[in-house]
Amino acid sequence: MSACLDISNLSARLPSGQRVLRSVSLTVQPGEVRALVGESGAGKSMIGKAVLGVLPPSVRIVEGSIHLEGADLGQLSAKERRRVIGAKAALIPQDPLTALNPSRRVGPQMTDRLIHILGWAADKADRRVRQLLDEVHIREPDRVMRSYPHELSGGMRQRVLIAAAFASEPRLIVADEPTTALDVTVQKQILRLIAQLQQEHGTAILFVTHDLGVVAKISQRVTVLYAGKVVEEADTPALFADPQHAYTRALMAATPKYTDPMASLMPVDDTVLAGLAAEIAVADHDWKPGGGTGRG
Amino acid sequence: MIFQRFLIRLLTMAITLLGVSVVVFVIIRVAPGDPIAMMLPPGASDDDIARLRALYGLDRSIVEQYFIWFSGVLQGNFGTSISLRQDVMSLVLSRLPATLELSIFALFIALLIGGPLAILGAREQGTAVEAGIDVANGAALSIPDFLWGLALILLFGVLWPVFHISGRVSPRLDLPFVTQFYLFESILRFRFDLTKDLIGHMFMPALALALPLAAIISQLLKISLKEVMTLDYVTLARVKGFSETSVILREALKNAALPTLTLIGVQFTFLIGGTVIIERLFSYEGLGNMAIDAVINRDLPLIQGIVLVFALIFVLINLAVDMMYALLNPRLRHG
Repeated sequence: MSACLDISNLSARLPSGQRVLRSVSLTVQPGEVRALVGESGAGKSMIGKAVLGVLPPSVRIVEGSIHLEGADLGQLSAKERRRVIGAKAALIPQDPLTALNPSRRVGPQMTDRLIHILGWAADKADRRVRQLLDEVHIREPDRVMRSYPHELSGGMRQRVLIAAAFASEPRLIVADEPTTALDVTVQKQILRLIAQLQQEHGTAILFVTHDLGVVAKISQRVTVLYAGKVVEEADTPALFADPQHAYTRALMAATPKYTDPMASLMPVDDTVLAGLAAEIAVADHDWKPGGGTGRG
Repeated sequence: MIFQRFLIRLLTMAITLLGVSVVVFVIIRVAPGDPIAMMLPPGASDDDIARLRALYGLDRSIVEQYFIWFSGVLQGNFGTSISLRQDVMSLVLSRLPATLELSIFALFIALLIGGPLAILGAREQGTAVEAGIDVANGAALSIPDFLWGLALILLFGVLWPVFHISGRVSPRLDLPFVTQFYLFESILRFRFDLTKDLIGHMFMPALALALPLAAIISQLLKISLKEVMTLDYVTLARVKGFSETSVILREALKNAALPTLTLIGVQFTFLIGGTVIIERLFSYEGLGNMAIDAVINRDLPLIQGIVLVFALIFVLINLAVDMMYALLNPRLRHG
């Protein structure tokens, strides 16, 4: 079975020489939900951006490859890459308040990919979007599609963005912390909605998050990232039952539990961090292209 | 609600115009220079001077003079020009269309140069193309419009004479126009031979006025485009597969245009102010040219009339900008 997304040995750095991704390898099988977990600055969103071809211009990929549905994105021209990503991948963004254009009505923002990139007829695109709005439990599709984003609530906008992401039947969706900006009650609904649509449509999802609770609920496999380096990769149940890496254990100890909300949380231990720093130093030392300029 | 806001706007406009009229009225009377001295030959007797002064009401106090003038204005009577001995209102109206056509043509050129340059610069961020645009903007901005005027005369009037250096229209032409909006009317009448002649005269002064504004538009719009292009919805549009150009045109331009639009309003009023010197430079028969004559002749009623018309144009432009702002920004529409 060929992977839907195959990231192999991906390294990226800033102009300062600082490495932001360190030989990351990661596959997402068709229909699989792969969680990518790590603290802020670990590079998890960076991986999502690299997959979607929207890395900030300052970040340079110096090594490795990304295959999306068999297409080697690094080998394609910018135009072809755009086409491939536009047709096969989609993004559920982090902040629904900023991810919709404030001066355009919601409807055209949902149908534009279908019409202008995939070449659908306008009425077909319209029907498709209405169907998806129904699937995300929006009862007044007409009103919503005629609205400007500021006329909708945050949860409503996230539903709209989820519907838009699934509307084009992408093979892969990158969900970049899609619940982080929402309040807790809405978070749960949105998470359930993504899981439900994922199962119905059989879409592979790369689910970027810092929340281990979310990981447990939605994913089949987990990759734990620290400082742009994969520290552990496992099936989700296995990871929670028996975390292998000290950092993963520390991360779990730092996560509040609903069963025992009053339990004191442990910050990640200094010895764990020192161990990680040593691992990264070793990795950077072995790393050839560009020579050992990158110190994390 | 909207009606109420509109009324408040009208009231502010009236107060602004009232303030302008008072300030101008006082300043041109306090400033040195005497209209009567300009009218009489040297060696006129004191009696003659006093008689003439009384004739024009200049022997009264400034406050009295103002109220006489103001009650006239309220009835639509702006007085009689001292130097030209004609009704101020009809003089102003005969020249205003020429200036409006020139200014709007200049604004059009500025948008046509500045807009595409901004889009190109935003698309080619961080490349030599963007650097080149920055340099051109710097040059266009740091050279004032009248110097551009001189440079253009040298270039398109002397070295490569393709445009007319002076006047509004070639004098030998037979003009069928009933209004003073020559350019507009020539297009409506399909007299494109006349349109061509008019643009041949208007192009250089308009370009001189437009260049600094084009640089401001290009620079500011480029900066706001670059800012907007880092926002999430633009990233989302890129992920959808849209090209950089269509991302700019579909997603970024409208939102980036808002801050630029306000500035264009302010800068357009500067541009209209610039017509005073540029019209003189190109002997273009507009209101600005007339304003300079009026000042030289100390023609108090005419100066007042012209300044009031300029002030009216400025407040109208501000009103138009506000209305366009609301139109472009849906969040302000129901405010």
